[in-house]
Amino acid sequence: MSNSIKLTYQVSDDDFTRAGEASSNVKSKLKMMNVPPDAIRKVAISMYEGEINMVIHANGGTITVEISKDCITMVLADKGPGIKNIEQAMQAGFSTAPDNIRTLGFGAGMGLPNMKKYSDEMDIQTEIGVGTTVTMKVYIQ
Amino acid sequence: MEEFYHSVHLDSSLCKGCINCIKRCPTQAIRVHNGKAVIKKEFCIDCGECIRICPHHAKQATYDSLDVLKNYEYTVALPAPSLYGQFNNIDDANIILRALIKMGFDDVYEVSAAAEMVSEMSRRYIAEHEQDKPFISTACPTVVRLIRVRFPNLIPHLFPFNAPVDIAAAIARKRAMEKTGLPSEKIGIIFISPCPAKVAACKDVIGNDTSEVDAVVAIKDVYPKLLPHMSYDDDLEVDHVRSGRIGVGWGNSGGEAGGLLTDSYLAADGIENVIRVLEDLEDQKFTDLDFIELDACSGGCVGGVLTVENPYVAQAKLKKLCKYLPVARNHMNGKYLDNAFFQKPIEFKPVFKLGKTFAESFDKMQQVEDLCVKLPGLDCGSCGAPTCKTLAEDIVRGEASEKDCIFVLRKYISLISDDIDDDD
Repeated sequence: MSNSIKLTYQVSDDDFTRAGEASSNVKSKLKMMNVPPDAIRKVAISMYEGEINMVIHANGGTITVEISKDCITMVLADKGPGIKNIEQAMQAGFSTAPDNIRTLGFGAGMGLPNMKKYSDEMDIQTEIGVGTTVTMKVYIQ
Repeated sequence: MEEFYHSVHLDSSLCKGCINCIKRCPTQAIRVHNGKAVIKKEFCIDCGECIRICPHHAKQATYDSLDVLKNYEYTVALPAPSLYGQFNNIDDANIILRALIKMGFDDVYEVSAAAEMVSEMSRRYIAEHEQDKPFISTACPTVVRLIRVRFPNLIPHLFPFNAPVDIAAAIARKRAMEKTGLPSEKIGIIFISPCPAKVAACKDVIGNDTSEVDAVVAIKDVYPKLLPHMSYDDDLEVDHVRSGRIGVGWGNSGGEAGGLLTDSYLAADGIENVIRVLEDLEDQKFTDLDFIELDACSGGCVGGVLTVENPYVAQAKLKKLCKYLPVARNHMNGKYLDNAFFQKPIEFKPVFKLGKTFAESFDKMQQVEDLCVKLPGLDCGSCGAPTCKTLAEDIVRGEASEKDCIFVLRKYISLISDDIDDDD
């Protein structure tokens, strides 16, 4: 028996109806595994934010979730446009969304900041025109 | 008291062992074993979906018969607001309330009166606890059970209030004791309920030690007894109506939310919709609402399995009745009732966990994942579990075997027969 459970999800391009499927699937597994509710909450929120980002900005991609005995690692990889300025993107409230979209309540500029806030560790690798890989870890206990 | 009391039971003589109920159950609580449905008690949330779907009427609700009235010297009927939506041409609830007395109750106290008190206390509570928003209603016992077993992160968002029927029961008991001088045990406080979930909620109480409700009878049982006594020619002097539009409105989905006088709310009805809202709420997909009203039954309480009328027709009738009522008749003047709050915290019951510890669950989840690859993924239900995934979970829990799957079994049989052929 291996030391981790690996789950892979394809996030489809521009399909809002399916955004959140991967995070809710992971959530239901964690709930069957005596993972403390607080860790489940952190995984659910950070992963959903990441998933929706992939749909909106990056034409979808692949999420790999690895559940090991001490932590949950989520790797969200896309072949999207890349992030120009990570520091700026990490600022709460910074958004590339145009004003009309923001008026509609989207693009609050909380995507990456929330992912950072709800995960215990976060790393972003990005290259313009090539894609972005966000790795987030949530520790159990 | 039994840990998981349920108000749904099976008449196994009627059960044909079909897979309708296992497919419909929102918490995957039913299996078919040896040709008969079996409810896993710890998973069941008393939503009544299996009662609705069973084509053979083998799934039945448990509730008290009207004979229960004979057990008490003095009885008080607590009619749910949804009762008022069952009849035609009602523009005054007194017609129903007086008929309740004529059919054998000694007094009536409208649950809608207590509902109005809860509405007012809720408005104050929200204003005082802005930081804990959004609040989730605790009126529907099925929703409270669901949150308790599946959404631990949302427990802190539950309103800490007792449901209106529990508050109504406490008020009715006090009034009856004062009026008659009888001891509490000789007084029967009897809820006329649209749903069996309330039966379970009175036996296996969440949030308190005991329930003030002595018995729960079904609207569908009371209905035929009530009809002959309903008339407009009554002595109009006796006025039993103690509630207004806000209280009576609780019978419909959105009614409780309407009583909060805020636009910042969401009201979802139907168990699948309720689950979707809870999932989204858990992921913080929406955070800026004051209040979340969730009713397990479509249409709200009027959609309960113990009602008679089509829920949407009942909704229309309730709305018509509300038209003639004042907005509210119960005013708390900014106070909380003493018995309004839960006496003990609502605790998370992780019934769906695979093992006792994380390490054990981890190993079992790995086995589930491996089994899911082996199983055909058709979710045919022939094994008695609703999906291949639930069969995998049952196998890992030691409650089923791989060969319960007819596809795995077929492969196994063909392997054996190949062996036999080889031997020849």
